[in-house]
Amino acid sequence: MNSLYAARRRRNGLAMVLSVTATLFGIGWLALILGALLWEGLSGLSLSVFTEMTPPPGAAGGLLNPIVGSLILTVLAVLIGTPIGILAGTYMAEYGRYSPLTSIVRFINDILLSAPSIVVGLFIYEVMVAPMGHFSGLAGAVALAVIVIPVVVRTTEDMLLLVPNPLREAAAALGLPRVVVIGRVCYRAAKAGMVTGVLLAIARISGETAPLLFTGLNNQFWSLNLDAPMASLPVVIFQFALSPYKEWQQLAWTGALIITFTVLALSIIARMLSATRKQS
Amino acid sequence: MQSAGRRPVVDVVLNGDAAAIGAVPTRAKTLDRLRWGDALFHQLTRAAAVGVLIVLSGVIISLIHGSLPALRAFGFNFLVEDRWNPVTEKFGALAPIYGTIITAFLAMLIAVPIGLLISVFLTELCPLWLRRPIGIAIELLAGIPSIIYGIWGLFVFAPFLQQTLQPFLIDVFGYIPGLSLLFAGPPYGIGVLTAGLILAIMVLPFITSISRDVFEAVPPVLKEAAYGVGCTTWEVVRYVVLPYARVGVIGGVMLGLGRALGETMAVTFVIGNAHRISASILAPGTTISATIANEFTEAVGDLYTSALIALGLILFAITFIVLAAARYMLLRIERRIG
Repeated sequence: MNSLYAARRRRNGLAMVLSVTATLFGIGWLALILGALLWEGLSGLSLSVFTEMTPPPGAAGGLLNPIVGSLILTVLAVLIGTPIGILAGTYMAEYGRYSPLTSIVRFINDILLSAPSIVVGLFIYEVMVAPMGHFSGLAGAVALAVIVIPVVVRTTEDMLLLVPNPLREAAAALGLPRVVVIGRVCYRAAKAGMVTGVLLAIARISGETAPLLFTGLNNQFWSLNLDAPMASLPVVIFQFALSPYKEWQQLAWTGALIITFTVLALSIIARMLSATRKQS
Repeated sequence: MQSAGRRPVVDVVLNGDAAAIGAVPTRAKTLDRLRWGDALFHQLTRAAAVGVLIVLSGVIISLIHGSLPALRAFGFNFLVEDRWNPVTEKFGALAPIYGTIITAFLAMLIAVPIGLLISVFLTELCPLWLRRPIGIAIELLAGIPSIIYGIWGLFVFAPFLQQTLQPFLIDVFGYIPGLSLLFAGPPYGIGVLTAGLILAIMVLPFITSISRDVFEAVPPVLKEAAYGVGCTTWEVVRYVVLPYARVGVIGGVMLGLGRALGETMAVTFVIGNAHRISASILAPGTTISATIANEFTEAVGDLYTSALIALGLILFAITFIVLAAARYMLLRIERRIG
């Protein structure tokens, strides 16, 4: 009897030690990756990174055109994707809460949410780049918008579903039509959550590389033309990191540092927004 | 203010005192406008919802359309042929399909037990004040863009593996019949094993956060009853929590698998991009997404492009099935929780 108990205690102890080890292991990777980024990226971080163009091989330079390109692509993608996402999410949570269309859209949206992003790139290549005959910044922005939509749809629907029904009923009892109830009551109540969704979407697309490879392509020069290939930070990192030139590799690390901390800052802000909402 | 009680409140709310009593035409017009606005907004949101469906069908149709030339040229052989020769325009998808599956399998082999153990720690052992920070740290791993994993994997992780883990594996297993095939060849650093390990780190947060959520949804009464009859923490987890949360855990694992199958940039950096099927997990290989990412912009000729799009179609089909199954299972557990 005693030996059985000892064996159970031992097995329990072993399992618990393993679970602590696993947690340390998981957090260890985060520390290792962030540490390597800081170590390799900080040494290359200087003002010239933000003021100079990408250099030819073997020369010094900066990341100005990819940074600006990434900003343009991200803003455009959010401008295209957010309204569609919010409208679709609104339909699913408000007008069509019980319609069969909603459950189909929810299922499809969840698939799109985790579909491989390179497939999105192929899709936009087929419908935009191939017919137009050349790569363009606009195609890159649309590809990113396709990634924004499911994120925003999901959070908008979830947040609107959290708005208590008595609020809607109270507004409806005043004689307000649905559109005013949604606009002035539901959106206001769900605002923090919906902003969180948009922030998460921005965080998601600012590091996306695969869908840009054959839509926005890349551009070594300063270009704001949406009809021409446009540089973007992730694609430049991809190209520079795999090159044999030391200067390019250094710039790739610096770019990686910039992206990572932008993304982490965005997701921490999003988390803080949703945390304050839960407490209040 | 004498009149607020006698007018429909909607007028008061929307127009303040602008809609005077008895101004019937104005009021009718306002109500009409609101009705129109409502119908318009209804249709607008509906159109956006249908738009989401159109995007997905657009993806499927465009992939099928783009891959038709290759599928016509090679037929079913495309799936089982392992040659990939752009010069003679002979394309077969077997090597990338094999690479995709083997790297995802390796990743799951490592990430599933570790992810489950972390969730056990977070739900059963961890002091309350530590739960949130650790949970966030793990989820931040999911937020790091995949290109960062790629550059880190290529410059930091692969050289590290080349000097430590890989020679160790070769030393230990290199002389055992059977296993020696798995660990044959020199330690390159990059290769199938490295890609699998990086994927494991990347899907770890997905598995952890979902299994933590389903573990937390286990009714406390069940656990308390088990503790009450004298079960150890491990026994509670093994015989109460896991069976109850099984469907949800499987759903989370499938979701992670979907990610691992479709992951592009990180794998492209570290897998070595060699179109061949090798028994050794130390050898370079390729995956569907890495092949597309590497070759698409350089593909000359319609057949080459089409073969790459056909690869994309296969990838989409595989992940669609995996993700649909994951969603179905998570839906089942959501219903049970209520």
